[in-house]
Amino acid sequence: MPMTTERKLSLRPSATFPQHVLDEIHRAADQGIYEIRGFGAKRSLPTFDDLVFLGASMSRYALEGYREKCATDVVMGTRHAKKPIELKIPITIAGMSFGALGANAKEAIGRAATAMGTSTTTGDGGMTEEERQSSKTLVYQVLPSRYGLNPDDIRRADALEIVVGQGAKPGGGGMLLGHKVTERVAGMRDLPVDIDQRSACRHPDWTGPDDLAIKIQELREITDWEIPIYIKIGATRVSYDVALAVKSGADVIVVDGMQGGTAATQDVFIEHVGIPTLPAVRMAVEALQELGMHRKVQLIVSGGIRSGADVAKALALGADAVSIGSAAMVALGCNRSVFLEDYEALGTAPGYCHHCHTGRCPVGITTHDAELQERLPPEQGARWLRNYLTTMVLEIQTLARACGKSHVLNLEPEDLAALTIEAAAMAKVPLAGTDWIPGNNK
Amino acid sequence: MKAFDLNTDSVRELNQYLHDSPSGKLSVTNPAGRHCIACGIDNAVEVSIDGHVGYYCAGMNKTAQITIGGNAGPGVAENIMSGSVRIKGNASQSAGASGRGGTLIIEGDASARCGISMKGVDIVVAGSVGHLSAFMAQKGRLVVCGDAGDFLGDSIYEACIYVRGKVGELGADCIEKEMTAAHVHGLEDLLVATGVAANADDFRRYGSARKLYNFDIDHADDY
Ligand code: SF4
Repeated sequence: MPMTTERKLSLRPSATFPQHVLDEIHRAADQGIYEIRGFGAKRSLPTFDDLVFLGASMSRYALEGYREKCATDVVMGTRHAKKPIELKIPITIAGMSFGALGANAKEAIGRAATAMGTSTTTGDGGMTEEERQSSKTLVYQVLPSRYGLNPDDIRRADALEIVVGQGAKPGGGGMLLGHKVTERVAGMRDLPVDIDQRSACRHPDWTGPDDLAIKIQELREITDWEIPIYIKIGATRVSYDVALAVKSGADVIVVDGMQGGTAATQDVFIEHVGIPTLPAVRMAVEALQELGMHRKVQLIVSGGIRSGADVAKALALGADAVSIGSAAMVALGCNRSVFLEDYEALGTAPGYCHHCHTGRCPVGITTHDAELQERLPPEQGARWLRNYLTTMVLEIQTLARACGKSHVLNLEPEDLAALTIEAAAMAKVPLAGTDWIPGNNK
Repeated sequence: MKAFDLNTDSVRELNQYLHDSPSGKLSVTNPAGRHCIACGIDNAVEVSIDGHVGYYCAGMNKTAQITIGGNAGPGVAENIMSGSVRIKGNASQSAGASGRGGTLIIEGDASARCGISMKGVDIVVAGSVGHLSAFMAQKGRLVVCGDAGDFLGDSIYEACIYVRGKVGELGADCIEKEMTAAHVHGLEDLLVATGVAANADDFRRYGSARKLYNFDIDHADDY
């Protein structure tokens, strides 16, 4: 009998040195510098997927899918602002800079957010005319770098967001590599063109929460106490940070988990700093509840939100809204299987791309190259993002109705069960089929 | 002249008035170290504050001429856009932080981080400045007639620093540069315009070595 076709020897990979670790050591040996990349954490983390809803049955009433109303409106900034922000849906668009993103992407996002009745947010590079024009409700970020910050834009913003940190890199500043620092970007940031721009990680004029309280007072004075002031933090010591943000006078707190994306930072930062969004929501809600400020200071949660199910679970844990960044970019075509040769030129492929830092985005989102940007006409991008947001809202309503809720904010932790012990411990939701919450001594 | 007495009027009332198209001159008495006095003005008004102020006085000023008769707390004239702010006494840390235009004159000393992250403002300090002044300074001029503390101009971009007295340790990527005739003339004009008595020839100039502008593994020790 002939020998069977050659059988490969059993090649055993090392668990300590799997291929991606070997590749990284080889890359570091070649280049002598940490890897800088875009996108968010790629490692596997406990997520909202580890929670499920307990739909209504005998002990709860469900609502009729297409007949009974399930409202989705939320209001941000009811604590101090004379003009709180009214949103039609509990999904906002996170801060992404003009610089990191091209003008077409920013415009598409603004148009989609406006059509959906939600807000979008500037980023570490100031406010562009295009995004102010295309966004009905625009949140203006006050970042450590203060690039482009000016009182005229502050006065024409609908809310201010003081960025203390972000989930992709809590404790780190922004980064924009030289090839993305074009003349327009450099002009907006008061920097020379082509330099590798590293933003500050600390604000220049305040250090701790006591100073921040006075800083907020200044911003309120400048805006005559009209618009809400948000504080955005990267999820680390969430309980303390949320309590201090409340004490500092925030109207709204944005907590960004470690799955949050970025246009460029060190891989070691993305993968190894911060905690996942799942425990961060619960910790933030508990901190607000302890202070009697839950629902008085609104909580926006971000970092790895991808679907209506993720949103519904975040709301059930006590968030007032979520924010999406990476997912919005995916809706605009990020990692879509088109222009394969351009992905290849970057040394990547659809599904694996994290090359926003290169400025050569194959689908025209994170680039300033005119030819590449043509691949994302703002109207087309806006349509995609609207469709995606609409889908998510329908999903949230489906889940909320199934749990018998006539408003998405009526979802509650009691509607959830956890599929893993980790998720049960982190979200403080009982493990499915038990009443066990690890860490609860009851 | 319109007058506000902060013993009886609130800072809120003062700022609202200043935002609602004032003109001419305005005096503020009894500031008593209160915060956020006269911030966010966008009018060519002259404001004279008689005493010491707390944090962020004259923050984000546009076009107004503001004089502070005493000392100023942290972040005075932060993010100033235009106009001028003059402090008769000393200034606390982060004076003129991220200022994008206009002029800040400090007749006394300034504390740490004076001109941090500045983006086009001209800051003239008749006295000395503390450590980390002009940290990450991007544009504009910081003039120090006295001495400068350690780490001056750390991670500086294209801002220009002039110091007449002693300079402590220079910050990363900050070096002494040639004082050309054009620099002397420009500095002379600035000193005259701000009424600070000093001879431009006595100053040394500092700026960026531009070695940290693009990552270079051979400069890793500087990071
Ligand atoms: S497709 Fe574009 S936006 Fe998406 S990861 Fe790649 S470079 Fe970034």
